[in-house]
Amino acid sequence: METATQGKTARVVIVAVGGQGNLLTARVLGEACMASGVPVRMSEIHGMAQRGGVVESSVVVGPARSAIISDGEADVLVGFEPAETLRAVRRAHKGTLVITNTSPLPPFTAAIGKGVYPDVERVLGLLRQKTARVISMDAQKLAREAGNPLSMNMVLLGALIRTGVLPVTADAAREVIATVTKKAFVTENARAFDLGYEAAA
Amino acid sequence: MHKLLVDEPGKRMFLLGNEAIARGAVEAGISCATTYPGTPSSEISLAFFQMAPENGLVFEYSVNEKTALEVAAAAANSGVRALCVMKHVGVNVAADALMTLAYIGVRGGLVLLTADDPYMFSSQNEQDNRYYARLSGLPMLEPSSGDEARRMVADAFDLSERLGLPVLLRTTTRINHSTEPVTLGEIRERKSLGEFKKDPFRYVAVPAVSRRLHTRLLQQEALALALANASPWNAITGAGRFGIVANGVSHNYVMDALADLGIADQCSVLRPGFVNPFPKDLVRRFLSGVDKVLVVEEGEPFLEEAVQAAAQTAGFTGKIAGKGLGLFSREGEFDPAMVRQTLASYFEIPYTRPALLDVSDTPEIPARPPNLCAGCGHRAAFYEVREAAGPDVIHPTDIGCYTLGLLPPLSAADFLICMGSSVGTSCGFSRFTDRKVIAYIGDSTFFHSGIPGLVNAVFNRHNFTLVILDNGTTAMTGHQPHPGVDMEALGKTGYGRVSIEAVVRGVGVGHVTVINPYKVKKSIEAVREAIQYKGVSVIIARQPCVLFARALKAPKRKPFRVTDKCNNHRLCVDRLGCPAMVVEAGKVRINALQCTGCAVCAQICPEHAILPVEGEE
Repeated sequence: METATQGKTARVVIVAVGGQGNLLTARVLGEACMASGVPVRMSEIHGMAQRGGVVESSVVVGPARSAIISDGEADVLVGFEPAETLRAVRRAHKGTLVITNTSPLPPFTAAIGKGVYPDVERVLGLLRQKTARVISMDAQKLAREAGNPLSMNMVLLGALIRTGVLPVTADAAREVIATVTKKAFVTENARAFDLGYEAAA
Repeated sequence: MHKLLVDEPGKRMFLLGNEAIARGAVEAGISCATTYPGTPSSEISLAFFQMAPENGLVFEYSVNEKTALEVAAAAANSGVRALCVMKHVGVNVAADALMTLAYIGVRGGLVLLTADDPYMFSSQNEQDNRYYARLSGLPMLEPSSGDEARRMVADAFDLSERLGLPVLLRTTTRINHSTEPVTLGEIRERKSLGEFKKDPFRYVAVPAVSRRLHTRLLQQEALALALANASPWNAITGAGRFGIVANGVSHNYVMDALADLGIADQCSVLRPGFVNPFPKDLVRRFLSGVDKVLVVEEGEPFLEEAVQAAAQTAGFTGKIAGKGLGLFSREGEFDPAMVRQTLASYFEIPYTRPALLDVSDTPEIPARPPNLCAGCGHRAAFYEVREAAGPDVIHPTDIGCYTLGLLPPLSAADFLICMGSSVGTSCGFSRFTDRKVIAYIGDSTFFHSGIPGLVNAVFNRHNFTLVILDNGTTAMTGHQPHPGVDMEALGKTGYGRVSIEAVVRGVGVGHVTVINPYKVKKSIEAVREAIQYKGVSVIIARQPCVLFARALKAPKRKPFRVTDKCNNHRLCVDRLGCPAMVVEAGKVRINALQCTGCAVCAQICPEHAILPVEGEE
């Protein structure tokens, strides 16, 4: 796995369902890069974020000027919802690292019989078959353990930092979590980050 | 202190493009900012709304874009700096003011920011507003990044004052909604009050005056052309024989592609950032050093045609292309790989794009379209209208969250073109079809441009029912206020309030009812009565936006649950499409975390099987 050090660019795509905290994760990651002196750009599509649609953000770490990531060019794909991770797999390439939550959040279309939610084991199998490495975890469960189910995003951020594919240390990320996330949730967010960090070991 | 007011030049901050633009305006010392909210521009105005009480900036959410520009035009002609912010289609609404303001000009700087939306992430069209610069004769600047946008704002104000003309600043979604490190600049002093010097033969656009003003505009345009030709925003990099012209975000994709393909030394790249008047002389010079040219621009072939025209007068005979078969599209947005590949093929550089992953064996994943929130009052109103009027009805709709009622099972949208069109098109549909017409419009959109249509309907004796979905905010774009909002309840002083009901009655609508869509039976009755009325009837369906209520920490209602009495009729799931409802192992369940306790499903359940969750929350 190449890292964004030595003038290389690392491209991270984060996909989630509106309300899962995608944009905050990207922001923490971006601020941590900036604090670590690494060039970073981030782009987000969030017009309908609060209306249950898919929210996608791109974080480009390194010297590249483009803030968006083409299909097949994400070096890291982080998915907050297993079916959404699979839907976004076209963004990945053979060498991509995938980090995904395994706890499903089926869309309402499945509830009204328009489509069938895929089996999570099958989703993970397909991801493993197509990409270089898959780190999967029940991030929802870890977030509840951390004391706040909404801290699932920080669990996955912890896992991402643990892989070392980005030139950002855990301490740099923890410091940004302490300053950027809501005061009332800082403790739970930090705990969630650490649980994800350990789970990806 | 608002983070964008920090007076520490040189400080680096990680800012959204829209925040960087707002910061640029603060640095430029603006006194006035006006807007009508619209994605992707909304966060610019949000910053002004938040900071205004602190720094004395006069900011207003205007009723629509035309009014916003008129307010700004008067501020600028009183000698202060004014920024007017809107999305691309908003400029259509403001265009009447813009075209003649170009003649009248400005004294203090006026910058009109147009946020274009290639690919239509949240818009009804993807028009290319660079043509407004050409149509109006006004200068236009266009950045390639958020930090550059910040610097351009200050420069645009200087340019505006130097030329005595409004200046257009054009962004695209990927500038507005990208975040990057930004280095803060110095904050210039701001004038709090201006002065208007009367000069009717200069400021009153009657034909005799306008004839002279048109001459003036053309003179200023010639001056602007000279500035464009020498502008540092129009930069040429490299000295190779392959010529590339690229604007906005496309320029970033081009620079990355040159590095990836290793051909930077073979290329000359022109990045027009001062795009109108088109810097012809600079382009002629650029052409003298290259053999063939590729123009990389999202949207229409605006630069391509201008480069071709410049080439013709320069006697350049090499190939110039941009849009077309095997090249770039006029639709959607570009991405780095697309630009890299097109560049390689146009300049015959050996390059094979790595194969994309084969995803043919992945299962079809159910779509996740954006949906009305659990507990949204719009959903209840749509259900009640359907129950009262049946499916054989034409539903002209409008722009807002309620457009999401398009999807089954609500199917509450049949026709939409622009803000306010629900009312105007209802006049046409009711006259030229024999179907019942029931239109939907939101509260903010009603104020924006629904009122003239309603006046028209009363005057011309049309026959339809207008449902005004009043959720007390401009929800879709992020809960901005509008003239019907009780600002005091939000803790904001210095505002008036306009009653939708009084407006509707005031224009002469003969049948007006206000319903609470959470009361299903009563509401259905009210709709039945309204649609029987001959002429124009209005129903105001009033229920606060659930998202906004949550943000304001309004008292919560108890969530509901499905009890054993459920006989699986599934009217709740099949008719409402509420995202809090899930079907698991053939049984309906309500997700208590999502349920807001609106109780609409409980009222339509034939078994009365849906009850509030018991016990303390």
